[in-house]
Amino acid sequence: MDLRGLVEKMKTPFDKGQKFEKLYPAFNAFETFLFVPNHTSKTGSHIRDAIDLKRVMITVIIALLPALVYGIYNTGYQYLYQTGETFSTFDAFLHGSYKILPMIAVSYIVGLGIEFAFAVFRGHQVNEGYLVTGLLIPMIMPVDIPLWMVGVSVAFAVLIGKEAFGGTGMNILNPALTARAFAFFAYPTYMSGNQVWVSEASNVDGVSGETILGMLAAGNSPEQYSVMEMFIGSIPGSIAETSTLMVLIGAAILIYTGVGSWRIMVGSIIGAAVTGFLFNLWGANELMSFSWFNHLIVGGFAFGVVFMATDPVSAAQTLKGKWIYGLLVGIFCILIRVFNPAYPEGVMLAILLMNVFAPTIDHYVIEASVKRREKRFNTKLKTV
Amino acid sequence: MSTDIRIKNGLSINIKGVADKELKKVPLPTQLALILDDFHLIVPKLLVKEGQSIKRGQPIFYSKSNEEIKFVSPSSGVIEKITRGDRRKIIEILIKTDKKDLKVKHKIPNLNNLKKDQVVKLLLESGCWPFIKQRPFDIIANPDEKPKSIHVSCFDSAPLSVDFEFILKDRMDLFKAGLDVLEIICPKNVNLGIKKSQTFFKEQLSNYKSTVFEGPHPSGNVGVQIHHVNPISSGESVWILKPEDVCTIGNLFLEGEYIPTRTIAVSGPPVKNPKYFRTIIGAKIESILKNINFQKNQSLRLINGDVLSGKSVGIDKFIGFYNNNLSILKEGNHFKLFGWIPFINNSVPSIYRSSFNWLSSSKPKEYDTNLNGEERAFVVTGEMEKFFPMDIYPMQLVKECMIGNIEKMERLGIYEVAPEDFGLIDYASSSKIEAQTIVRNGIDFLIKETL
Repeated sequence: MDLRGLVEKMKTPFDKGQKFEKLYPAFNAFETFLFVPNHTSKTGSHIRDAIDLKRVMITVIIALLPALVYGIYNTGYQYLYQTGETFSTFDAFLHGSYKILPMIAVSYIVGLGIEFAFAVFRGHQVNEGYLVTGLLIPMIMPVDIPLWMVGVSVAFAVLIGKEAFGGTGMNILNPALTARAFAFFAYPTYMSGNQVWVSEASNVDGVSGETILGMLAAGNSPEQYSVMEMFIGSIPGSIAETSTLMVLIGAAILIYTGVGSWRIMVGSIIGAAVTGFLFNLWGANELMSFSWFNHLIVGGFAFGVVFMATDPVSAAQTLKGKWIYGLLVGIFCILIRVFNPAYPEGVMLAILLMNVFAPTIDHYVIEASVKRREKRFNTKLKTV
Repeated sequence: MSTDIRIKNGLSINIKGVADKELKKVPLPTQLALILDDFHLIVPKLLVKEGQSIKRGQPIFYSKSNEEIKFVSPSSGVIEKITRGDRRKIIEILIKTDKKDLKVKHKIPNLNNLKKDQVVKLLLESGCWPFIKQRPFDIIANPDEKPKSIHVSCFDSAPLSVDFEFILKDRMDLFKAGLDVLEIICPKNVNLGIKKSQTFFKEQLSNYKSTVFEGPHPSGNVGVQIHHVNPISSGESVWILKPEDVCTIGNLFLEGEYIPTRTIAVSGPPVKNPKYFRTIIGAKIESILKNINFQKNQSLRLINGDVLSGKSVGIDKFIGFYNNNLSILKEGNHFKLFGWIPFINNSVPSIYRSSFNWLSSSKPKEYDTNLNGEERAFVVTGEMEKFFPMDIYPMQLVKECMIGNIEKMERLGIYEVAPEDFGLIDYASSSKIEAQTIVRNGIDFLIKETL
C-alpha cells in the first residue's frame, strides 16, 4: 500500500460521525503536513498560486537557519573561549547544541500543544504561524534561562498574546516578542545584567558575559571587540541575535522570495541610521557617541527588524504604513537604547511599542485614501 | 482624444493555450439556453410555456423589479424545457432551435434624429437592454436612471485573454453604429478603454473619446478604467458594455433585428487547437467542442469567462450571456507529497520566488484548479494591495464586507469595485481567501439594505 492509501485508511476514524471526529483538526494538521490536499477551487478564481501559509512559514524558517546555526556555534564559542581551554569548532557546536536544542524542543512542545488544543476546541484547522514563533522564542532568549521559564513564557505568549485575541492573524503583539517581554519582566535576573549572556557565566570564574550595549550603558567603551567581530557576531548576546552577517543572509532569502517586507526592513535601517547619526553629532555619552553604523550591527537590532518587525500580522498592514512603521521602529530602537540605560537593548520594546501603534498608522493611511475619495466625490459621508 | 494611463499594480498570468487568430463559424446549434445565473439579482417572470414556439427576439421573461427589462430568445424555435431548482427557482430556459428563422422585426429608426427615450425604449423592447450593466453593484442597469458616463473596455487583460480587435475587425461598422447609439444616451461621455498595442482600434476609433491603457491585468477591467478616468461617486451610476454587445446594438439599429452573435475563444492548456468560434448567445457547448481536440484522459473544468472570474460549467451546458471566452483547465484534484516545501513542485507557478518556476517566467505555463493549500486566517498583509490598481485598500474592504458594515464599506470604496476586480487577489492569496465571493455577498447585502 502506498503512503496515500495508508493515510486514507488512518483517516477513517476521524471522519464525520466517527469516534475521533473532534480530533479531526489535529489529524488534518498531520495529513496536510504530508500532502498538499486535493482540494480544487470551488468559487472565485479557478487557478491559485502555489503559495500557502505552510510555504510562507517554512520559507521564514529557512531564512532563520543561518542565524540559528551560527547562534549554536557562538554559544559554545563564547563559553569555551572565556574558559581558556583549547577547543575545536565541533566542541563549540556540541556545547551550543546541548544548551539550545532542549530549549527549541520545549518551545515547540508547549506551543504546538496549546495550538492543537485550541484548534480541536474551536474546530478549526491548525494554523502554521507557530512554526516560526516556536523557533524564534528560544533564538531570542539568553542561553542560561531555565527550560521551565521558556515553557511558561511560551504558554503566556500563545495564550494571552495570541489565542486570547482570536488566534493566528488576530494578535496585536508579535507572539515571540511577547514571550521575551514576559520573561524579561517576570524573571529579570535571568534576562538582563552581565552574567546571563554567556553560558554558565555565573558559575565559572573568569567568564564575563557583558554585552556591548551593556558596557556602553555602564559608560565603558567596548574596545576589545572590533567592528568585524560585531558584524560576524562572535560577541555575547541572546542566542541568535549576534551575527548581523547571518541575519543579512536571512533577510536576503526573505526579500528574494518575496515573503518578508523589504519596506519594513529598509525603513527601520534608515530610521535607526539617521537617529544614530544625529546622536553621534550630539555625543553626550558613550551610547550617543557609539557610531551609528555600529548601532546597526550590535545587539538585536538586525535580528529584530528582519524577523520580528516584519511579522505581517502585528506590523502595519498597508504598504505605505509599513514604511512609516519601519522608520519608527528604527527611531525608537535607538532612542530607547540611548535614553534608557536600564534597558540597553531597545529593539524589543521598540517593536512592541510600534505593534501597538500599527493599527493607528494604518488608520491614518487608509483615512487619507478615504479623504481623497470624499473630496473627489464632493459628498458628505458621515464620519465613523 | 486620448490620454495615456499606466497601471502598475497587477499581474499578467501567462497560461498555455491562448486561442490562435483563426475564426470558425459554427452552424446554428440544435439546442441553446438562457442561464438565469448570468443575470445577477434578476427575478424572472415568465412570458412563455414549455412547448410554445418562439421567434428570434421574442421576449421569454421579464424582470420582476422592472417589467420593461425583457430577455428575449436568441433564435427561433420551441421552448423545450424550463429547468427549476430549489423552491422552483428557474435555473435555465432551454430552447430547441429550428431552421425557420422566424424573427421579431423592429422599425429601423433614423439615427440622425433619435431622442434618448426612443433609444432606451428600443433597447428595452428588443431585448438588448441586459447587455448594459451598471457600476456600482455590477448588475443590469436601471433604465430609469441617468448614467454619468458609459464605458466600454476594448481589451481583455485576463489570462488567456480574448483579442477584441480580431473579434470585431470585420464588424467595425456595427461597432461604430452601436457607439453612436450610446452617444445618444450619454452625449460626449462614451469612454473607450484601448490598449497601447491596439493600433487598429486607435486608427478606427479616433473619432471617439478613448483612453489608452498600459500595464498588467486588471488594466482591461472596466472598473479599473473607470476608476482612473472618471471615478464613481456614491449616488452616481456608470453604464458598461462589452465590445461585441455594442455590435449587437449597432446591428439592431441598422437592421431592426436582434442578432445575438457571440464570438467565443476556446482556450486553455488541455486544448490542442485553441481558436475562435462564431456562434450565438446560449449555444450548447458541445456544438463548439466538436471542433476541438483535447489531450486525452483528463478530467477537465470548463469555464464560462476567464479563469480568474468566470463560472464553471458542465460540458453538456451552454455558453453564457456575457462571456467571450470558454476557458478550459485540468482539474487539480490530486495530492502532492510535501508539496508545500519551497522549491518542490516546481511545475506550479508562484508569484513568490519559492519555486524554480520563475526561472522560465516568460514561457506560458500550465495551471490547474488545485487550491495549493487550505483556507487560513489573513496573515500575509499587504499582498492584496500589490494586485489592486485603485486608490482603495482591498483587504480592509474585504474585511468590512465580511462583517457587513455598510458605512465602512461605503467609505472604503465599495461603489467602485466589482467582484471581478478581486480575481487576482483570489489567485495570489496565501490564505486562500475567496475575495470575489466575499465582495459579491457584501455588494448584495448593501443592495438589500439600502435600496
